[in-house]
Amino acid sequence: MIPEISLQPSVGVRRRMLVERVIKGVLAAMAGVTVVTSVLIVVALVRPAISFFGDVNFLEFIGGVDWKPLFKPPHFGVWSIFVGSLWVGSIALVVAIPLGLGAAFFLSEYASPRVRSIVKPVLEVLAGIPTVVFGFFALNFVNPNLVAKLWPVGDVGTYSVLAAGLVTGIMILPTVASLAEDAMASVPDALRQGAYALGSNRREVSTSVVFPAALSGIVAAVVLAASRAIGETTIALLAAGSKAQLSGNPGEEGQTMAGFIGFAGIGDQATGSTGYQSIFAVGALLFVVTMLLNIASIRVVRRFREVYE
Amino acid sequence: MTSLPSLRAEKTPSRSAKDLVFRIFMFAGIGIALGSLATLLANVIIEGAPRLNLDLVTSMPSARPRRAGIQSAIFGSLWVVLTTAAISLPTGIGAAIYLEEFARRDRWYNRLIELNVQNLAAVPSVVFGILGLAFIKRGPLGLGSTVITASLVLSMLVLPTVVIVSREAIRAVPDSFRQGSLALGATKWETVRHQVLPNAFPGILTGTILSVSRALGESAPLLMLGALTFITFNPTGLDSQYTVLPIQIFSYISSAKQEFRPLAAASIVVLLAVLLALNAVAIFLRNKYQKRW
Repeated sequence: MIPEISLQPSVGVRRRMLVERVIKGVLAAMAGVTVVTSVLIVVALVRPAISFFGDVNFLEFIGGVDWKPLFKPPHFGVWSIFVGSLWVGSIALVVAIPLGLGAAFFLSEYASPRVRSIVKPVLEVLAGIPTVVFGFFALNFVNPNLVAKLWPVGDVGTYSVLAAGLVTGIMILPTVASLAEDAMASVPDALRQGAYALGSNRREVSTSVVFPAALSGIVAAVVLAASRAIGETTIALLAAGSKAQLSGNPGEEGQTMAGFIGFAGIGDQATGSTGYQSIFAVGALLFVVTMLLNIASIRVVRRFREVYE
Repeated sequence: MTSLPSLRAEKTPSRSAKDLVFRIFMFAGIGIALGSLATLLANVIIEGAPRLNLDLVTSMPSARPRRAGIQSAIFGSLWVVLTTAAISLPTGIGAAIYLEEFARRDRWYNRLIELNVQNLAAVPSVVFGILGLAFIKRGPLGLGSTVITASLVLSMLVLPTVVIVSREAIRAVPDSFRQGSLALGATKWETVRHQVLPNAFPGILTGTILSVSRALGESAPLLMLGALTFITFNPTGLDSQYTVLPIQIFSYISSAKQEFRPLAAASIVVLLAVLLALNAVAIFLRNKYQKRW
């Protein structure tokens, strides 16, 4: 007689499968926390921003240049702090793009492994300096010793947009350098060797072979760095000043969007007041601007990446 | 007699000039980056030197510059960073395990989580402060300006980075380990627990030390949470009021009294020393346990 064989999983196997499913669920929930965070950010920004625009004319917000939300009577023209952010962001990029790319070319194409193993950790240290320290550096060293002495237009006071922008540029320099270097390092050696065989020297290989091949990664690095510069709060708060004004002279003081958020946040506004809600309206604008930059950066990499096998 | 042709790229005056310009461009990049770091360090050390003594770390913050210190800020930072690590590390590593080992790439929600982590890592830190202000300090949770409020906000802030670095460490474990384990009848989770995690552990540790050390230097989101107040006592629990090093430094820098500047500089030296020590530990662990498969 043939004994009957059960094709059902044994009790032990069934328990293991159950454990497996529970653990998978717990891990998935942990991954879900990141999505919940994003949703909470959007909800946190949108609800007070909507009630803000119930009190304040949207056209005044988007078109006005007078930003005094905590004064009486208040003015809500966001243009002046938006331009403040653009100033700090552009100055930072003017500093960080050439210097960061120079550093990346050096590390990826020129440096010997020994030099690289010293320079790269030092750049990582620079990347790890807290922003409050950069703020001190801007206020205590760069503004009085460099900007105030060398800037030719007008008088430079205790605070200046220029000092904040320059130091923000130094802050994002390691980001540009290390991401651009990653992009250059992923260019296959065969391309370089081909160019050398045709009689190119090291500089020509770097600029005409490696640079175009790594361009998508480099652009993504720059866009990501721009987003970090525009969102930087503490440096702007300490070094740029707190006077929101539309000015063409970066030697003057000014306020950025992130700087205003920090400034108003410190002031402990009463919940529900228009001043409190203005934090969220500006926060929503800042979030949208930086998110567009982040998505642009991710898309540039996906779309234009040259895949070498 | 024939001479061998030179295989080096030919030198011409215009080429040499361009090479020189390019070299200057590169050395300016490296030089200004390293020079700024050196200037910054020299500036805080020289400025802070008169205040760099034991009194700095044993005294409480005070309105009088001569007697002020940073003791409560050091203890506050310890509380906040350890709590942040306790919240963000299990969550972040769990999320990384899910994305690397369990998630099916062809499902839209898994791709959404991935894109979301990438995007969240680049959201300005002050925006996390706004989130904390609306939901955790005030609003639904209403926890006030306490250690737990700060830790929850900083946990959300470092979570994406923890996920990204842990995923990289998990991905570096060769697939043959997994296949061997699965072939012997282990389930997916048993494989992860006994093969993947032990081998990925050094990489996870190094990466997460670096991401949590970011929480130690963060100031912007905490400014939004009302941390900028005078705290002259050490935290006693999660529901205790607190101050942290970066916030105390911010407060000393922005004080109207110039006498606080050396104190701010000396506190910066302390903060940087702690961060450098954490970095050194991370690099040491990386070199000690680095494996090549």
